[in-house]
Amino acid sequence: MASIVSAVMSSVGRKILMSLTGLVMFGFVIGHMVGNLQLLTGGGDVFNRYAHFLIGLGGLLILAELVLLMSLLVHIWTAVNIVRGKRAARPVSYGKSGSAGAPSRKTFASSTMIYTGVLILVFLVIHIKSFKYGPAEAEGYVTTVDGVEMRDLHRLVIETFQQPEWVIGYAIAMIALGIHLSHAFWSAFQSLGLYHHRYTPIVYNVGRLLAFVIALGFFVIPIWIYYFGAA
Amino acid sequence: MTLNLHIWRQEGPDRPGKLVPYKAEDVNRDMSLLEMLDVVNQDLIKRGEDPIEFDSDCREGICGMCSLVINGVAHGPLNGTATCQLHMRHYRDGDSITIEPWRSQAFPVVRDLVTDRSSFDRIVQAGGYISINTGNAPEANALPISKVDADLAMDAAACIGCGACVAACPNASASLFTAAKISQFASLPQGQPERSERALRMVDQMDEEGFGNCSNHGECEAVCPKEISISTIASMKRDYVKAALTV
Repeated sequence: MASIVSAVMSSVGRKILMSLTGLVMFGFVIGHMVGNLQLLTGGGDVFNRYAHFLIGLGGLLILAELVLLMSLLVHIWTAVNIVRGKRAARPVSYGKSGSAGAPSRKTFASSTMIYTGVLILVFLVIHIKSFKYGPAEAEGYVTTVDGVEMRDLHRLVIETFQQPEWVIGYAIAMIALGIHLSHAFWSAFQSLGLYHHRYTPIVYNVGRLLAFVIALGFFVIPIWIYYFGAA
Repeated sequence: MTLNLHIWRQEGPDRPGKLVPYKAEDVNRDMSLLEMLDVVNQDLIKRGEDPIEFDSDCREGICGMCSLVINGVAHGPLNGTATCQLHMRHYRDGDSITIEPWRSQAFPVVRDLVTDRSSFDRIVQAGGYISINTGNAPEANALPISKVDADLAMDAAACIGCGACVAACPNASASLFTAAKISQFASLPQGQPERSERALRMVDQMDEEGFGNCSNHGECEAVCPKEISISTIASMKRDYVKAALTV
């Protein structure tokens, strides 16, 4: 047991924690993005019914939220740890920096994970505050779908994205997310020790494609709502 | 040709250093970069100044002694070569070249471009060996090893321990070196008895020396003069996890 604890705290163990928690959140954003696309269809009822269904999951939803929150906290802890380790490991930086090029996978994304990560974290706090804990039934955001009274989350989303500053803020956050995920996916596999000369290039490219698709999916929704209004 | 050099000068381990400009004149394109520095040093000595200290030994790319970061890239712009194999024909008249030492807390600067890489020795001492009884060499075919496994081991064993992986890593991680030294045994039968302890001890020693984390940039693989693959890092992680769960 002692060796397992020290292994988790080792450089290998910390990166495994980072990759596992990252993969949990990667799975979540795919689901979240696909769920959000319902905003663009069905005049609000489809999305509201979906949101109401999620709330109705009760304990299961809380469990999922706890897993995500724990993942986020562990992910942040390992990230801070890695950045501090990096500063300590190279106290004097190079006067001139460069990259050796292929086969290096050092990119703008891989070098800015901490910055895109912080941007996403700030976004996350604002995002959860404005929607999950935003105005609900008590503030008049009520609708009736199939005879069931529920929160009109759709109206809140549409109203929010009528304001250009929100649209721009969301667009920037989603670009940051896309950049972050473009390094994240393949890196998670490598941190778990999963490298194969045949499959790793595929995982690398699939990860970049997924990152682009996820970011694009989230990105178009506020812009679509701003220009074309509610579905 | 004439080159504008910016070279890191530092009098001692705890002294502040700085990039100092030098002009290298009449540089022959067939010189290696180290020979060009030899010529610059001769001029410095003639003028009564201290020559630029840098490490080199075999000058044929196999000893791992030379260790310069050239224009921000460890061992310079050519892939799969050590600093000593970089020739001036890759530069043009009037080019600027910035030369710095490996930069890592675990590789303290001794003087100018010379660093102390004994932290690598301590990682190897922690488990980079196999314990065997000495005596006559065993019969070569007594222990069958597949060509694939032998090649994998040899690819990892090609590591010359120069430290370019650490120098190039944005986090100053020694993962590629440690992984190469662990995986050179991992695919061979002789490496099996101590496989778990080796992975645990060498990774722990690597952490203890103050190297950074691996963030999977892969810059190490690109500068490695022996082109060792980061697949060895994945193999090291698998060995480490397996050992941590079982030992």
